[in-house]
Amino acid sequence: MEFYIQQVLNALQVGSVYALIALGYTMVYGILTMINFAHGDIFMVSTYLAFFFSTFFLAVFSNASPLLVFVSTLLVAMFGTALLAVLIERVAYKPLRTAPRISAVITALGVGLFLENFMVAFKPVGPAPRFLPPLIPQINYTFGGVTVSSIQIVIIVVSALVMFLLDTIVRRTMVGMAMRAISWDKFTAPLMGIPVDRVISLTFALGASIAAVGGTLYGMAYTIDPYMGIRIGWWAFISAVVGGIGNIRGAMLGGFILGFVEIFTPVFLPSTYRDFVAFSLLLLLLIFRPTGILGRPVAQKV
Amino acid sequence: MMKKTFWDRWGTPLILLIGFALSMALPASGLINPYIELVLKYIGINIILTISLNLVNGYMGEFSVGHAGFMAIGAYVSSILTVWVFPAAWEGVLFPLALLAGGIAAGLAGLGIAFPSFKTRGDYLAIVTLAFNMIIKSVLENLEVLGGPRGFMGMSKLTTLWWVYLVVVLVVYLARNFVYSSFGRGVLSIREDETAASLVSVNTRQVKVLTFVFSAFLAGLAGGLFAHELQFINPRSFTILKSTDMLVMVYLGGIGSLGGSILGATVFTVVMEGLRSVLQLLNISQEWRLVVAPLMLILLMLFRPKGIMGLREFRFLIPLQERSEAIQKAREAARTQRRIGEVQS
Repeated sequence: MEFYIQQVLNALQVGSVYALIALGYTMVYGILTMINFAHGDIFMVSTYLAFFFSTFFLAVFSNASPLLVFVSTLLVAMFGTALLAVLIERVAYKPLRTAPRISAVITALGVGLFLENFMVAFKPVGPAPRFLPPLIPQINYTFGGVTVSSIQIVIIVVSALVMFLLDTIVRRTMVGMAMRAISWDKFTAPLMGIPVDRVISLTFALGASIAAVGGTLYGMAYTIDPYMGIRIGWWAFISAVVGGIGNIRGAMLGGFILGFVEIFTPVFLPSTYRDFVAFSLLLLLLIFRPTGILGRPVAQKV
Repeated sequence: MMKKTFWDRWGTPLILLIGFALSMALPASGLINPYIELVLKYIGINIILTISLNLVNGYMGEFSVGHAGFMAIGAYVSSILTVWVFPAAWEGVLFPLALLAGGIAAGLAGLGIAFPSFKTRGDYLAIVTLAFNMIIKSVLENLEVLGGPRGFMGMSKLTTLWWVYLVVVLVVYLARNFVYSSFGRGVLSIREDETAASLVSVNTRQVKVLTFVFSAFLAGLAGGLFAHELQFINPRSFTILKSTDMLVMVYLGGIGSLGGSILGATVFTVVMEGLRSVLQLLNISQEWRLVVAPLMLILLMLFRPKGIMGLREFRFLIPLQERSEAIQKAREAARTQRRIGEVQS
């Protein structure tokens, strides 16, 4: 029993990171009906931003309080990643908005590979895996056989907060209303005075900064390397599709489902079958219910 | 109907024969060094891959990013045959059989991918093919019999330049006939408008299944050639990176054009190999080479989505009767243009 509770906690930890990244996929899809295949690699860049900034910050202010270090790293990573995402959107995606939809998808694949290979070739980063410096002290709490680390608590709580915040932004603010309007009908929205370009850039910035929260949290618990964006990105993407791409609550749900798949696959099968299970799940879902769990089917107009 | 001249009838076969003789003579005579021979083989293999992907992405307008998966199946199946099944003395003779078997196995997998394409199109189909690619890689990594993540080896170097040449010529010939058959018109009609195509009684399901199977078959052939050139394959050779290379070649050459596929594959292979020496000369780390392919893809999409050929075709790749029809049409168009000019003046 304790074993399962422990595993559920681990699944929540992994699942929240997936959910945070899946939100970026789903928001961009919702507003542009475009799969931003580069998102996983934007997440990867964010962990490196967190790595470099926290190393630098700890070197300059060696006796800063852990909370200050953590929060400032988080904010810098969020800001830097948002900037990168807006740059990518402006340079690579915006000129293709009127082109066939598939061109933007191909470009996104290219951007993702470019980021990966650039980080490998770029000397200060390189292909070697790295650790983030310890941002918060690691303390293990034990309740009746179940161990919870302080990092685990921070990951789950911060992710939940961010998700709640995003849900509020999309549902209750003017910006959120503009986003929903564009995803509802992007031809009428500009007629109502909604600055479409600015809202789209903002969506990219928001998605990327949420991925940066995920990236910083992920870097605190695991090693980072330039190719990690492929696996994590794909798992997050599957989360978004499982929940129903374009649907924000679906992405959160999907993230946790994938977290459970990741943690509980090794219980039944060798752990090398993880990818196989996740992608088979995706394939089955796409064949039988392409719109995901919470998505609504769309009729094809002739 | 135009009169056939001697060159119309015999020109292409003659040139092909000379090419075949060269492909046998050049490596044997030592006029080209082994590196250039290797690059030539890669160009051939890439031409097959590009045509394979162009059939689905260019001609049919569907979107596959998982062709490396088909290639992997072809590579593994043909390697298993030559290493484990065929007697060593006969493997040179039975090599085409191994290639064929690899192609057929890949074709069967293509059948599996064709079914989801009935219901989904565009980016969703892209995800299906990608998931397929990942599953193939994951299965290969978990099959300890085939070496798992370490890969499979023991193949002899059966891929000679003339074999590559023969297969490329055959593939271009088959693809040309496929594209210009009435069936090929069905493929094009799906690209333009699937609903309209089915309304004018194109059997869209049949067309999709056959195109996917044929395309996967070609990718499987290329995989077999690739495996017996490298003499070593592992699952990491067949990831999305490989699929992206194919995408770059297709869009570089131009979608919906066989000539474009040939040009795209050639230019891409030569540029990537050329970069190797350029980077070495400039003393820059070779890792930057991998940055170039995705950058090329982005720039192509932004500035020349049509590619080099942009839907045009080399004259020799158009069947003769089509060619004369096209010329007739061009003449008529010119005549109409002239008349319009006379009326206006």
